[in-house]
Amino acid sequence: MDFDLTKEEEAFRDDLRGFLDEHLPPPEERAPDFLPKWWKAVREKRLIGFAWPKQVTGGGGSLMEQFILKEELLARKAPMLGRDVTGLSWVGPALIQFGTDEQKQKYIPEILDGKTMWCTGYSEPDVGSDLASLQCRAERDGDEYVVNGSKIWISLAHFATGIYNLVRTDPNPPTKYDGISCLLIPMDTPGIEVVPIKNMSMTGMAEIFNQVFFKDVRVPVERRLGDEGEGWAIICSALQNERSSITEVMRHSQRLESLYELARHSRVNGRPALEDAGVRRKLASIETQIEALRLGGMRALSRQLRGLDHQSQASLGKLHNCNLLVECADFALELEGSANQYMAGSEAAVDDGRWQVDGLAWPVTVVGGGTPNIQKNIIAERILGLPKD
Amino acid sequence: MNFGLSDEQELLRAEVRKFLGDRCPIDTVRLLAETEHAHSPELWKQLAELGWLGMIVPEQYGGSDLGWVELAVLLIETGRSLLPAPLVASTLVVATLVDAASDEERERWLPGLVDGSTIGSVAILEESESWTPTAIGLRGEPDRDGFVLTGCKRFVSDPMTADLFLVPFRTGDGEREITVAVVESESDGLSRKSFPSMDRTRRMGDVLFEGVRVPASQVLGPVGEGWPVVARLIDRGAVATAAEICGAAEALHRLSLEYAMDRKQFGRPIGAFQGIKHPLAEMYLEVESSKSLLYYAAWVLTHRPDEVPRAASCAKAYASEKFVRIGVDAIQIHGAVGYTDDCPVHLYFKRAKWARPSYGDSNYHFDRIVGLRGL
Repeated sequence: MDFDLTKEEEAFRDDLRGFLDEHLPPPEERAPDFLPKWWKAVREKRLIGFAWPKQVTGGGGSLMEQFILKEELLARKAPMLGRDVTGLSWVGPALIQFGTDEQKQKYIPEILDGKTMWCTGYSEPDVGSDLASLQCRAERDGDEYVVNGSKIWISLAHFATGIYNLVRTDPNPPTKYDGISCLLIPMDTPGIEVVPIKNMSMTGMAEIFNQVFFKDVRVPVERRLGDEGEGWAIICSALQNERSSITEVMRHSQRLESLYELARHSRVNGRPALEDAGVRRKLASIETQIEALRLGGMRALSRQLRGLDHQSQASLGKLHNCNLLVECADFALELEGSANQYMAGSEAAVDDGRWQVDGLAWPVTVVGGGTPNIQKNIIAERILGLPKD
Repeated sequence: MNFGLSDEQELLRAEVRKFLGDRCPIDTVRLLAETEHAHSPELWKQLAELGWLGMIVPEQYGGSDLGWVELAVLLIETGRSLLPAPLVASTLVVATLVDAASDEERERWLPGLVDGSTIGSVAILEESESWTPTAIGLRGEPDRDGFVLTGCKRFVSDPMTADLFLVPFRTGDGEREITVAVVESESDGLSRKSFPSMDRTRRMGDVLFEGVRVPASQVLGPVGEGWPVVARLIDRGAVATAAEICGAAEALHRLSLEYAMDRKQFGRPIGAFQGIKHPLAEMYLEVESSKSLLYYAAWVLTHRPDEVPRAASCAKAYASEKFVRIGVDAIQIHGAVGYTDDCPVHLYFKRAKWARPSYGDSNYHFDRIVGLRGL
């Protein structure tokens, strides 16, 4: 057991700190034209796609370096590395693992340069947690697939340049996990229609997710990622990204500091909330859970570094993160009392309404990518070995 | 960075688990629990021979000179098997002597504590049951080169088996004017009493001081400056208790999991139903999180003293709260069987109630975590 950095890791961190001192001013000092400059600097430093191989102009960083990089960036409240969230999180890693050389050349630099905005086509109107029963059909017609069907809950589809889409290429497969393929479809292909779905968040993000309809959408075969029928394997894999949950931990830590601030100027029974034993204990309980998430994440990373199975710790981390998100979002609104009703834009809103945003936005993380109940099924069946339902 | 145990630590774990599986299976625990002091001198002697009573003691006093991670490995296993022995308290006395006692004092007590011929316990709490310096009211009146103690300590673990007690007492009216001494249980004017407890694997009671003389040679460190010693002891007690909780909670989860696989209803193992699966998944998250917090706290005890208060409080607050909750779920998963005396679940359930207040419950540690921010 050892939690100290090695000399090499310290050297990497110090170099990074020097770079950040130069290119990343504190949030309040960032000029309106800061973001493009930041993206240019981090691209040149190869920090975008930091874990990706150098051959595709990634950073070739190790797991431990990724961990250190994230910790440093989050500590300074850095903006996203690059703008194509989905491209950087899912599409790029899948391309690196399953793409042809041509596909890598064509798509990866665009993602790293921020020229694309990918979205992910997984769920369908009747297909949610049981994702492998998906029905969106792609029929082969010469050198093209013809796609028909629809995808739902597609975040960012209304801005996206392309969709990373799971389709059924074999309508009568041996098992439902077979016969699924993955297509990279430009959003401006004729036959695609995007219909926004209004969500409960009541903010600028209220129309972030969409239903996408495909009617006789023709997709060249060379836009298929991996082999035909390999789609399930593609979405089940992920590039060796470090699994420390450090991003979530740092965000929770910053949220906790804001919660302390909120407790300082809120009142319970006419007294400062921070003097209330219940409030103090709740804050400490949240701090303890964040610490447990942090250490659990480091255990996962440590297993990953030693080449051991770390998936179990990762699904525990996801469940833990969701529990915390819901708890923190609710606690802030409880602290605000009746003022919790005043939203951003109202002069009566507390903290410019930031907690109302949290209070209504947690489902994006908690429901997206598998609800906590699904995570519990995964833990129970894959880790604890309980029989399938 | 490495969060894993070394090969030697894994070996130790396997060795302890095997020993306790052979010598202290659950039936033995039940038998020992019904003996007068819930203590087996033979078992204690064997623990000593294996070197487990002096794990963190320097070699010159007969110890193994290992760290708190190794000690945590040991205590997770003793917790898992519900070993009825005064191990935690005696270990805390040992740890305190190692870093707060003079050479003469160490020479005098450590070898006996390590070879098992002497058993130590800790007498901090009084009527108010508060882990603060102001709660210490036991008076030490100066007398020749030492003190005369008058007052009562409560909630002392294993008071009847202890040969000596580590006792903080008040030597002035200032909040922190506390002095710590070793008091032998055979001292004139000292009497002790054990009361029947819910967790029968543990004994607890009072130690009464009616003019007990303590010579200066038994005082640890400078007079009136003992509170930091006590504070460190409480942190270590919290970590040691959290370690025993981790093992016991893991055992409870394991029992529930096995029952969920064996027990069939509606033609299927009940573990196939989400109503059983989900609590088992939550329990697993809580057990693993308890272990993460515990291992880190144990590591900082040896390597980063500045981080000890927060790490110890996080570990104990989380573990004691979750252990109690896991106990409730475990009984429910077992159904009516979980309510029977035959089923071992209740032994763990009762241990959870014992462990919760021990070295500070969640509320104490939560208050402290906020307090560490200067708020």
